[in-house]
Amino acid sequence: MADSKSMGAALELNEVTKYFGGLCAVKNFSLSLPKDALWGLIGPNGAGKTTVFNLTTGLFPITSGAISLDGERIDGLEAYEITRMGIARTFQNIRLFSSLSVLDNVRIAYHAHAGYGLADSFLRNRKFMSKEKELTDQALDFLSIFKLDGIAEEVAKNLPYGEQRRVEIARALACKPKVLLLDEPAAGMNPREIIELMDLIHFIRDRFKLTILLIEHQMRVVMGVCERITVMDFGEVIARGTPKEIAANQTVIEAYLGKGVATSAAG
Amino acid sequence: MELSYLFITIAKMAALIAWIYGLMWGLARKALWQKALTVLLAFGVIQLAFLAQFGDFSLFSAFDQGLLYQAVTMTMVCLGLNLIYGFNGQFSLAQWGFYGIGAYVAADITFRWTSNDASGFMVVGLGVILAGLAMVGVGRLLRIRRGIPVLSAFTFYLVAVLVAGVVAVVVGRAIASSMTPLFGTSSAPGVLASPVVLQIVFFLAVIFAGAFAAEISFIFGLPALTLGSDYFGIATLGFAIVIQTLMVNSDTILPFPEMKGGRGMIGIPKVTSWVTAFIFLMIVIVIVRNFVRSSTGRASMSVREDEIAAKAMGVNVAGSKLLAFVLGSFVAGIGGGVYAHYIGFLSPQTFSFIAGFNPLIIVVFGGIGSMTGTIAAAFVWIFFLEGFLRVLLGTMGTEAPTWRFVLYPITLLLLMLIRPQGLLGSVEWGFLKAERLGKRVAARGQADAGATPAQQKELS
Repeated sequence: MADSKSMGAALELNEVTKYFGGLCAVKNFSLSLPKDALWGLIGPNGAGKTTVFNLTTGLFPITSGAISLDGERIDGLEAYEITRMGIARTFQNIRLFSSLSVLDNVRIAYHAHAGYGLADSFLRNRKFMSKEKELTDQALDFLSIFKLDGIAEEVAKNLPYGEQRRVEIARALACKPKVLLLDEPAAGMNPREIIELMDLIHFIRDRFKLTILLIEHQMRVVMGVCERITVMDFGEVIARGTPKEIAANQTVIEAYLGKGVATSAAG
Repeated sequence: MELSYLFITIAKMAALIAWIYGLMWGLARKALWQKALTVLLAFGVIQLAFLAQFGDFSLFSAFDQGLLYQAVTMTMVCLGLNLIYGFNGQFSLAQWGFYGIGAYVAADITFRWTSNDASGFMVVGLGVILAGLAMVGVGRLLRIRRGIPVLSAFTFYLVAVLVAGVVAVVVGRAIASSMTPLFGTSSAPGVLASPVVLQIVFFLAVIFAGAFAAEISFIFGLPALTLGSDYFGIATLGFAIVIQTLMVNSDTILPFPEMKGGRGMIGIPKVTSWVTAFIFLMIVIVIVRNFVRSSTGRASMSVREDEIAAKAMGVNVAGSKLLAFVLGSFVAGIGGGVYAHYIGFLSPQTFSFIAGFNPLIIVVFGGIGSMTGTIAAAFVWIFFLEGFLRVLLGTMGTEAPTWRFVLYPITLLLLMLIRPQGLLGSVEWGFLKAERLGKRVAARGQADAGATPAQQKELS
């Protein structure tokens, strides 16, 4: 049964559990992301959403369970190997290479696909030159998709917040991922930027044929963008379904607002 | 006299900075013949200055020449450190230790060679090659089995290198003893005793010394680099102290009586000439620059910026740190080899870890992450501190030169207050610059102009 289910799944987390010492951050978390899905992961602060991302991308080892990408086990691999296999992410608090240029930020993500080795770069042979040019061109292409090619040589830390977010998404896409994990992309954005972001997410999914998993606090974004939603609280899944179902789900409302409030709101 | 001396020294420093600028500018030209011409000119100008002698006055006195060699070796060491600290972000105090290893290894090879003994050359040469092969082999094996802890991997590498070393000693000695007749006697020197062969041996000895330092840095760096930044700094400090202690006791706890322990090693052939020093300087500059301006170099910089983000972008962080560390040590080892054959005398005092802060200061002084800054600062440092100030203060009294150790920390303090990014910040000259994209971006902008509205519609 698990096999037939995972056939269509791009990313599958199966009964994933993570303990930090005695603290259980994620407990029996299961999630099966079908190909091309746009899936939301929500929950109150401290529910373990970002931990799920960190486990998936290999920044922390999992305590038990299994994670697989396109049917291949990836738990236990190094973080950079997981990225090279096709999972890229952005961070909750932007983590750009701040004193490097926008172009270099994207080119670093391209490193795994550079196509030349250390020996080539010491010799500066023809292969190096052509691959390096190709790499730069592709990086500029990526930037132009996000209308960032005009500021390609700008140092990342000098950019306004919204542009830094876009650079980070562009950088994640330059890893050529199959699955993209976005950790609160709308944090700190104003309403106009949020609308732009929602369009951008749709655009990315259609253009790059990606599976996207999204953590978000802004209900507008989650309800507007995601096709399906998983809700977490205290490290466990408490609900899953379409945005409409989730919005009406009693447990979810209780998790967010507390029991008494939920009942008084309902009554 | 003092005023004219002051003027001439400052003029010399300015000329050398201009020389560096010219060299970098020329190397950035497109055609190969332009680059070759630049290298020849840069070499020739200094060589001519060495020869220029007008009666009593020489443009580059023997003292100045010595300073130049010191500046060249300091440049190599500091470029290596800039790779580790400036570009890769790992605070290392071990650089001076690798410099010392390079100096002693290269010196021992040529010292033995000049006393008609090829064993140093054969053993180190074989050892470096065999250990290198052994490391590659172990690396391959470890890649098959995943998830081996770093300390176990370290043990495997160490055992492999030790085995390779033992084999090298046994085989190398056997080959060397069979070569002894070729040296001839002092009355009838053999083929191997000729100065040309000595030059070749010197050249190879320096390369071997660099490789030796690189291999030790790999073994040391493998476990040490897993430590966080500050702890790594402490570990490297320990390494520098260990190396100096071994040098002081090289004739007692190590089997090298010719190094004469704390008394210092004398009788190293002074074979460094401007030709060899210049060649090695160019090799080092090209190696460092080609590394930094490649995809691997950019990955290395991403580790400095943010390790977690680098991992998430598919950069092998541990590998990247190790690579920069090994390459930096290789360069330092080469610098040490060149230095030993210029000075002809090695004292463990030179390689004390206190002196090891000098490269660090130079890197910070020139601008962290600026190759140009490092090169310029290394030259200025040597010529100003060892040349100018020492002589100027020397005229005021015998103990006065000690004041320079008061003056330069004050200068450093002022610089850090006024220009925390270092003398040159992140400025790079000509050859060392990253490729500029101004025109390419503009050209693309023109080409994309037609497509932009459609894209905008798509996006908004």
